[in-house]
Amino acid sequence: MTRHTPPPPSTGCRNAPVLKQRGQHEVFCGLTGIIWLHRKMQDAFFLVVGSRTCAHLLQSAAGVMIFAEPRFGTAILEETDLAGLADAQNELEREVDRLLSRRSDIRQLFLVGSCPSEVIKLDLARAAERLTMKYAPRVRVLNYSGSGIETTFTEGEDACLASMVPTLPETDKRQLMLVGALPDVVEDQALDLLAQMGIEDVTVLPARHADTEVTVGPNTVFALTQPFLGGTHAALERRGARHLPAPFPFGEEGTTAWLQTVAREFGVDQARFGAVTDAPRARARKAVAKATETLNGKSVFFFPDSQMEIPLARFLTRECGMEAIEVGTPFLHRAVVGPELDLLAEGPQLSEGQDVDLQLERCRAAQPDLTVCGLGLANPLEAEGLTTKWAIELVFTPVHFYEQAGDLAGLFSRPVRRREALKLGATA
Amino acid sequence: MKLSVWTYEGPPHVGAMRVATAMTGLHYVLHAPQGDTYADLLFTMIERRNHRPPVTYTTFQARDLGSDTANLFKTACQDAYDRFKPQAMIVGASCTAELIQDDPGGMAETMGLPVPVIALELPSYQRKENFGADETFFQIVRALARPVEKTERITANLIGPTALGFRHRDDITEVTALLEEMGISVNVCAPYGASPEDITRLGAAHLNVLMYPETGEAACRWMERELGLPFTKTVPIGVGATRDFIREVSELSGLPAKLDEARLRLPWYSASVDSTYLTGKRVFVFGDGTHVAAAARIARDEMGFEVVGLGCYNREMARPIRALAKEYGVEALISDDYLDVEARIEELAPEMILGTQMERHIGKRLGIPCAVISAPVHVQDFPARYSPQMGLEGANVIFDTWVHPLVMGLEEHLLHMFREDFEFHDAAGASHHGGAHVPREAGGPSAPHAEIPQDFDAPPEDISGQKKAPGEVIWLADAERELKKIPFFVRGKARRNTELFASERGMQEIGIDTLYEAKAHYAR
Repeated sequence: MTRHTPPPPSTGCRNAPVLKQRGQHEVFCGLTGIIWLHRKMQDAFFLVVGSRTCAHLLQSAAGVMIFAEPRFGTAILEETDLAGLADAQNELEREVDRLLSRRSDIRQLFLVGSCPSEVIKLDLARAAERLTMKYAPRVRVLNYSGSGIETTFTEGEDACLASMVPTLPETDKRQLMLVGALPDVVEDQALDLLAQMGIEDVTVLPARHADTEVTVGPNTVFALTQPFLGGTHAALERRGARHLPAPFPFGEEGTTAWLQTVAREFGVDQARFGAVTDAPRARARKAVAKATETLNGKSVFFFPDSQMEIPLARFLTRECGMEAIEVGTPFLHRAVVGPELDLLAEGPQLSEGQDVDLQLERCRAAQPDLTVCGLGLANPLEAEGLTTKWAIELVFTPVHFYEQAGDLAGLFSRPVRRREALKLGATA
Repeated sequence: MKLSVWTYEGPPHVGAMRVATAMTGLHYVLHAPQGDTYADLLFTMIERRNHRPPVTYTTFQARDLGSDTANLFKTACQDAYDRFKPQAMIVGASCTAELIQDDPGGMAETMGLPVPVIALELPSYQRKENFGADETFFQIVRALARPVEKTERITANLIGPTALGFRHRDDITEVTALLEEMGISVNVCAPYGASPEDITRLGAAHLNVLMYPETGEAACRWMERELGLPFTKTVPIGVGATRDFIREVSELSGLPAKLDEARLRLPWYSASVDSTYLTGKRVFVFGDGTHVAAAARIARDEMGFEVVGLGCYNREMARPIRALAKEYGVEALISDDYLDVEARIEELAPEMILGTQMERHIGKRLGIPCAVISAPVHVQDFPARYSPQMGLEGANVIFDTWVHPLVMGLEEHLLHMFREDFEFHDAAGASHHGGAHVPREAGGPSAPHAEIPQDFDAPPEDISGQKKAPGEVIWLADAERELKKIPFFVRGKARRNTELFASERGMQEIGIDTLYEAKAHYAR
């Protein structure tokens, strides 16, 4: 492979024991996925059917973005909606009518289930069906659940994409499907690399616009760009598509391995693969090397958040020389992250799920040099003297593929450099 | 159901968290699904707290629904007690747990925990954050406060400041100093900084200072009834209100009123000739009831503004705000729908908005200067520097805060007045927006118009995404040029009025004459 990356470990973490704990989870629910999904799907509107809490969550997570023409909102359940279920469908229809009459640009409408709507068993699937019939062909109405009782953070994207899969037109075409909402700039880079290798028949889920045809069928192979797409993975397999298991395109090594898997499937010869990837690989290595000066030899502890923890731990340990102490993930999907586990050398504690107080105790005992965690824990841990990297940024920021490898490493090195730079000794 | 994008208030259990987080030695066990922990980051990020809020969530998941959630609650409750050893606990349900009909209060009672456990009933589908805070604090006080011997020295309790309160931290300091000057010391400040043990000592004070009616009134009323503690009705925001407050405290305590105004600068700053241009500035005031009432008085009586509209989002304050509006000769807007607020602001076309974070964004969109006077606020309104709203320093802070965007407005006005000047032109941008200076290209006065960075004339696109239909009448080129000479912050209004004027008279075209006829017609 490369001079800079250690060879794959003889025994990876695929069969390492996983610590499973049950207790308080300090995580977001799947509704949060809306915040970045609506940026990607430019003519979609996400209508959460839920409580004031759901609206408040979206507002808190969206920060100031809430004012920049948001294409999401919450139909807040009121007392009367709880009293009898009979008119809930009518109420919803009325709100959707109002919304769609105001927003003629909307082509896809997602009815997003929440904890309250799931608990009272509001039948959003039926509502979506009825509304689809009413608004066809202008607007397509789909539904999925982003509730906290069923989904954790990025699983919201998974549920959303999985809800789209059954509606995709069938095709027999031999094609590659890229699955996962990537920032446009990253998606363009990926498509460009694939095109240079001669892989032209590529379809992307989700597409930027509703009228971009995304098809699927028995001759479709798909590659995931995000590790949290287990449900979409299953839905695609049900449509006859075949998964290409690969490490995820984080860092130079991950991107190369990911591209290599696709290239092999499409019979791209090594010479051509090298011609396309050599230059960007060298660029990526060079960019990562800078951050490595700060990160080399430092230890890292991951709290569960997005399911990106295992690929990121692989990147940080293999390309940045860090040592992983614990890698927590909200959900461990072996079929999806298997290739990642093979590359991750044995050593770190893998944990699935969370009992946050116990995990905090382990973290304090380990005193890691860098702790990757959510915003609810970051400042309190900083105040205790631990350096943190807040995890949500990793979902919003372009971090995939070659050109972003340096930025990705930079996200982790910056808090470490900052702690070294500040000479105030303030731990609040 | 009601479609909502922005909510002024969170659900009531967030109000309960604001009380729990403000206090010490208290722990909140919240029966809630996975994901509701998002509220933690309001405290750790917006308020920059250096500890986790003292809240344990049961975080039940779909697979727990059934009989298991009750057990989950008990386990969480026991674990929280064992781990944190609080002096007292509060227990309650979030909106989802309210639906599954476990009874946190009843369950906690049967557990026999060795500390007081206070059950909260917070109706999530009817009430909101402020109610949650008020009710939670009231329940805590009701459960813990008992008649005790009065302190020898005259003391007061400060009631109402919470976590995530707009400037609560510094208001406490300021009010404490005001009372100290009169020889009154603070017995307990609660909930901010108080422990359950402190709550038991509330009765030792001689009076209560109700700082924020939204979050402390129910408790004050209860203490007045049960502990014989009178409470103040004036909130000391603004010079006049601070003086009234001192008088009120004097009456309640029997001590002479004393207020050293040496460090008060608002009256002179406001009287100085530099402030003359503030006279009659048309302001719209919106926020929580308490801050709106205070701001309206300052705006009219201390800054010389004209209050053209006011309102609040918390319906608990609807009645006093309606009465206040009548006094100001305007119609009150009681709404928690920001689209209503936006529509009212557009209709009134004020020269300044005093509002919340939301109004700041409405103002930005409409090109109207805005200052923040009330929650909800964002991280920049939890400043590092001392910046109370209450008392004398609060008045100084308010003067600066409100005038600042107007001075900026004046600066932009000048920029636009001299738009044809060789140094000042549209493309140069506003001086405080950090843009680099762009020298004007040669090619005559019309050239820069093509590159105006922000075209304030464009029909505004509202937050809901609707494009406003442009007027059907046609602007002649010379009238269009004349319109550009009008300062940008009134230009939109001038355009609308002229178009209305023209269409009412069946005119197809607008010339310079039409523009000035309309101006004369609408002159106030």
